Amino acid sequence: MSGTTQDVRELLGQKYQAGFYTDIEQEQAPPGLNEDTLRFISAKKNEPSWLLEWRLKALERWRAMPEPKWAHVHYPPIDFQAISYYAAPKSAKDKPQSLDEVDPKLLETYAKLGIPLEEQKMLAGVAVDVVFDSVSVHTTFKDKLAAAGVIFCSFAEAVQKHPELVRRYLGSVVPVTDNYYAALNSAVFSDGSFVYIPKGTRCPMELSTYFRINAMNSGQFERTLIIADEGSYVSYLEGCTAPMRDENQLHAAVVELVALERAEIKYSTVQNWYPGDENGVGGIYNFVTKRGDCRGAHSKISWTQVETGSAITWKYPSCVLRGDHSVGEFYSVALTNHHQQADTGTKMVHLGRNTRSTIISKGISAGRGQNAYRGLVRIAKSAENARNYTQCDSLLMGDKCGAHTFPYIEVKNASAKIEHEASTSKISDDQLFYLRQRGIRAEDAVNLIVNGFCKEVFKELPMEFAVEAQKLLGISLEGAVG
Amino acid sequence: MLKIENLHVEVAGKPVLRGIDLTVAPGEVHAIMGPNGSGKSTLAHVIAGREGYEVTQGSVKFNGKELLALEPEARAAEGVFLAFQYPVEIPGVNNVYMLKAALNGIRKYRGLPELGAAEFLGFIKAKAKAVGLKDSLLNRPVNQGFSGGEKKRNEIFQMSVLEPLLAILDETDSGLDIDALKAVAEGVNLMRSPGRSFVVVTHYQRLLDYIVPDYVHVLAQGRIVKSGPRELALELEARGYDWLVEAAA
Repeated sequence: MSGTTQDVRELLGQKYQAGFYTDIEQEQAPPGLNEDTLRFISAKKNEPSWLLEWRLKALERWRAMPEPKWAHVHYPPIDFQAISYYAAPKSAKDKPQSLDEVDPKLLETYAKLGIPLEEQKMLAGVAVDVVFDSVSVHTTFKDKLAAAGVIFCSFAEAVQKHPELVRRYLGSVVPVTDNYYAALNSAVFSDGSFVYIPKGTRCPMELSTYFRINAMNSGQFERTLIIADEGSYVSYLEGCTAPMRDENQLHAAVVELVALERAEIKYSTVQNWYPGDENGVGGIYNFVTKRGDCRGAHSKISWTQVETGSAITWKYPSCVLRGDHSVGEFYSVALTNHHQQADTGTKMVHLGRNTRSTIISKGISAGRGQNAYRGLVRIAKSAENARNYTQCDSLLMGDKCGAHTFPYIEVKNASAKIEHEASTSKISDDQLFYLRQRGIRAEDAVNLIVNGFCKEVFKELPMEFAVEAQKLLGISLEGAVG
Repeated sequence: MLKIENLHVEVAGKPVLRGIDLTVAPGEVHAIMGPNGSGKSTLAHVIAGREGYEVTQGSVKFNGKELLALEPEARAAEGVFLAFQYPVEIPGVNNVYMLKAALNGIRKYRGLPELGAAEFLGFIKAKAKAVGLKDSLLNRPVNQGFSGGEKKRNEIFQMSVLEPLLAILDETDSGLDIDALKAVAEGVNLMRSPGRSFVVVTHYQRLLDYIVPDYVHVLAQGRIVKSGPRELALELEARGYDWLVEAAA
């Protein structure tokens, strides 16, 4: 890192006076959170003034908000002034146009993680927008998508090229003041992904983004905005991996989805941030706000998530079923092993008539893991004939872990039909012995049983993602038997 | 093939097997009979490696190897198969998928290449047909929603796929009507060969009408109290177990 805090301050002052400043040497913001931090980020991104104002407003609101304590998770207080809010890879100054221009070390890291980049993805027909330490360094298939009129780019690029779309939809699903971490993200977000699917367009390929945290002590604040215009369809895949590290890291992303009339968005996540070691040291704090707005009639938003990583997961991908006949779905597998804690679930807010929602949640607890399902089904007065089906299953491995269920149901319209099923089970010795007697190793037997338990969720994932998810469960449960 | 010597087993501190000696040569079929609570199922489970049993003395050798030192999956890979009295249901786990994992686990242990999906599917379809297992059951979750007869038939089907050297049938006849019993026995008889041995654990002689054993052993109070040829089973049917149990006490 070049430059002292003093230098950066001077630089920031300079930059702010100039309005825009592109030639900045610093690749990492010094730790701390104040107006200057936002100006630094905004200047780095060459952002228009309205966006900086938006950030500043968010910071102001955030300062006035108390840190939420209601989740069933425990962690030491976070020092928000000790976090660096912006880090970019060294080679980010000029964005590479092809793989040849990408830092070979980056590629090496991807290879180690087994992330198939361009060639593999090309074969699989998937475009990748890789976010590495907050800045997109590589985007594929732009041309093909452009031909279909699909916009798929980094958030920063969208701000430059499609400011009217960004300005119109940013914060329209998750307002700045929505919650503590959403406000924080709104203030300091550095990059993320932007997707726009034009009217009547079926996105010609699955869109995929791999997120990764790499720089020491830098929080990751991604911002994703997906807009599916009338009658369009898109399937979006988000996968995360993170390398070994021993310091807690804060990850507070915001994802906003907007589905207009008859549009459908399918959003799939495999989340594998570093969970900390077996003694509970280190690991990512994953405090994410994800919400989809079924704004148009007959629209549909489907969330599928496989959460195996992070020391703490605090995440409720939700649907606001505003349009009449709109559909919301939530399929989730959350696994906690060792000392991991997860408090996850969904909110289905029924506003429109004949709206339907489905919630399938599978929680797996092993080691000393604590797993909570927290879900809200709200049927507003206006939601005539709304229906919800909720199924919430927990699987326990060993006797030191925990599973908790917090279902909230609020019904203001008597025509609503709500079903809720819940179960808690343990992997039985009988099942394990049966499989081992057939010649299956103990760990493989556990994987088989766990994958069977998760089947209803995995079948919602795109094929290759499902395979990845199964492998991930296996890796995450290593050492959980016996 | 199988050589059990002076096997003593306790469950929760209570002796259940009290000095079992049993030798099974390749190709032989041995029936283990006896009243309820005599230790028949314990013997089957101890050979297969189930936890919860404490072996206090003795050995169980399989082709010269000490089975008691091996994990259950290693015993399976050595060629030991247990057909369960109560096959457990495993929700969400496809029957075929489970068997493929099992067969490939065993092949890996033996240093053989794993079978691919297409190759495996062809192989099991033929096996299913041979034991009369409905195709529709192949892709159902393991034993889930199976009738009692279907579960037992599934056990025999799995045995035919895994091709063990020693198959232990634990009360495979329990809960079966005569047609199902015949079908299961037929599946077993198809697999009889000079290199493969069977230990048939049963309470009733009825099964032995269809799976004809070379030897019959009577287990009572944790000991083999009488061994004999096939005719012993018929005698037991006529006279019951009491005379032997009394003699052993």
